[in-house]
Amino acid sequence: MSQQYSGSRSEREEDVPAPEPAPAGGSAQAGTTDLDSLLDEIDSVLETNAEEFVKGFVQKGGQ
Amino acid sequence: MPPAPGRPGGPSGVAPAWRGQRGLVPDDAVLPAGRDTAGWGVHRVMGMETEFGVHAPDNPGAGHTVLSTEVVNAYADVVTAEGGAVAGTEWDYGEESPLVDARGWQLPRSAAHPTQLTDRPLTDDDGNPVHLVMNLVLPNGARFYVDHAHPEYSAPETTNPLDAMVWDQAGDRVALAASRRIAQAPGEPQVLLYKNNTDNKSVSYGAHENYLVTRALDFDELAARLLPFFAARQVVCGAGRVGIGTTGRTPGFQISQRADFFEEQVGLETTIRRPIVNTRDEPHADQERYRRLHVIIGDANLSQYATWLRCGMTALVLSMIELGTCPVLELRDPVEALQSISHDPTLGTTVGLVDGRRLTGVDLMDLYRDAAAAHVERFGMTDPATLDVLQAWGETLELLRSDPAALADRLDWVAKYQLLSGYRQRHGVGWDDPRIGMLDLQYADLRPDKGLHAALVRRGSMRTLVPEETVQRAVHTPPADTRAWARGRTVGVFGQHVVGASWDTLLLRRDGEGRLYRFHQREPLSATAQQMAGVYDDGAAPGSFDRLLAALSGAQADPRA
Repeated sequence: MSQQYSGSRSEREEDVPAPEPAPAGGSAQAGTTDLDSLLDEIDSVLETNAEEFVKGFVQKGGQ
Repeated sequence: MPPAPGRPGGPSGVAPAWRGQRGLVPDDAVLPAGRDTAGWGVHRVMGMETEFGVHAPDNPGAGHTVLSTEVVNAYADVVTAEGGAVAGTEWDYGEESPLVDARGWQLPRSAAHPTQLTDRPLTDDDGNPVHLVMNLVLPNGARFYVDHAHPEYSAPETTNPLDAMVWDQAGDRVALAASRRIAQAPGEPQVLLYKNNTDNKSVSYGAHENYLVTRALDFDELAARLLPFFAARQVVCGAGRVGIGTTGRTPGFQISQRADFFEEQVGLETTIRRPIVNTRDEPHADQERYRRLHVIIGDANLSQYATWLRCGMTALVLSMIELGTCPVLELRDPVEALQSISHDPTLGTTVGLVDGRRLTGVDLMDLYRDAAAAHVERFGMTDPATLDVLQAWGETLELLRSDPAALADRLDWVAKYQLLSGYRQRHGVGWDDPRIGMLDLQYADLRPDKGLHAALVRRGSMRTLVPEETVQRAVHTPPADTRAWARGRTVGVFGQHVVGASWDTLLLRRDGEGRLYRFHQREPLSATAQQMAGVYDDGAAPGSFDRLLAALSGAQADPRA
């Protein structure tokens, strides 16, 4: 009953978006070591002097 | 049997929206009597806008308009240094003048100095005047410009939620490229960009969506049907926020970045007294047929999945509203509901309806989702794009009930909540610890080596829906199925001829001081790759400019509506 919408497909590889699934560890219970290693990584990229940085992040109003 | 022509006596009785959306709305579609539609399933002309947070930690005196100008100019430099072209409007020291030729922009070093733009022309070290551009039209059909105190990316028109997400993501790559260009310039203080919505000091800025809707639809009906949906949809597409209240003064975590900054149900304002449903009416299209619904309630999403689903769910709700199948729900206090749903990441809070029921945000979304499933079946909107959204919507709501943590690989607010809860536990700190606020901000940092969403993607902990090269292609190429194609490709291939470009107009000049050619694209589905076939293959070939003029003229005369 519905038509092919060839005009409405643009440049993408497949018709169906194929989500790349997360490795086992989507839920916190199942992936504690995954979360731990993620937190290790976060600690290493976290801006030093968080308090000053956050205080200094001031914006003007937008829409 | 042709679709019903729209509400009798109303403007679209003469020119219904469905007729202009051929290719999206099937010719054999049967509409309920008196109803008109501008879309089908999840297919609808749509596009997103992002206002970026802009921050120069080593240049605290710099005004945000100056920083935003530097960002926009840096991107012009990125494109033109690669041999590409942009169209731009120059800030002209008191005069508005369209820019004829945007090639060869240099990064204005003086824009990095902590001074405000004055009414005397800035000059570089050699005393040459520095031209600053405030508004770019890009080769992918997007707009990148200074919106008062923020750089803003306004995506080109697309026809479905997946494309809308791809060209929204492309905007993040544009912003990052601009920031990196500034970082490369020796001696320039870094300018950082954030895809978020607040500084937690009472200021908020937006991530907007635009959807083409039929003019025949009564606006009061549209607004009433949307209010409960907009209050509840954050349980899927909220981006998460540390702190409650406009200054984040109350420690805690909430689902939506934007909720605390909304005060009204329906209204025209966008910067103060923000309304859940915005009444702005600038269709940039044939306004007898169409309305452009301008949605300001959304959070800026980094997650591709959340972005796609946000647009997909909303498109389905709009389809239901147009065709009269949307659930009729009325909240007693929509603004209060928006905020109390946001303030409870356990999803247990109920909000009151006028009919006496109390429902959670997930309950409300279930009602819309169930109705959408019935709607899709009734009208046979069973194309893959629509069914994918419906399936993901259902799966997401089920998991929100049974195992919300499992959505950390898809939803921004859940990913942020998991991350921050884990960090709090590891370090034994409360929600008001500065490091937690820093993590909230850093989730939205566009730098791949600093941004937390980027880190999650890299580790495979956050889903993507398309390969990165698809997004990269969208940085340089417009969608093929809307007028964005003509706009972007004309700028990209015939940039030296572009005098002006807007959503629905192209203004060209053959050379120098020659006559101006003005072409309108009042139909968003006109001037597509199909209608403009062959025009952009070789901009240098003899007669190529005339072929461009002929094709634009043809598209204007016969937009296939």
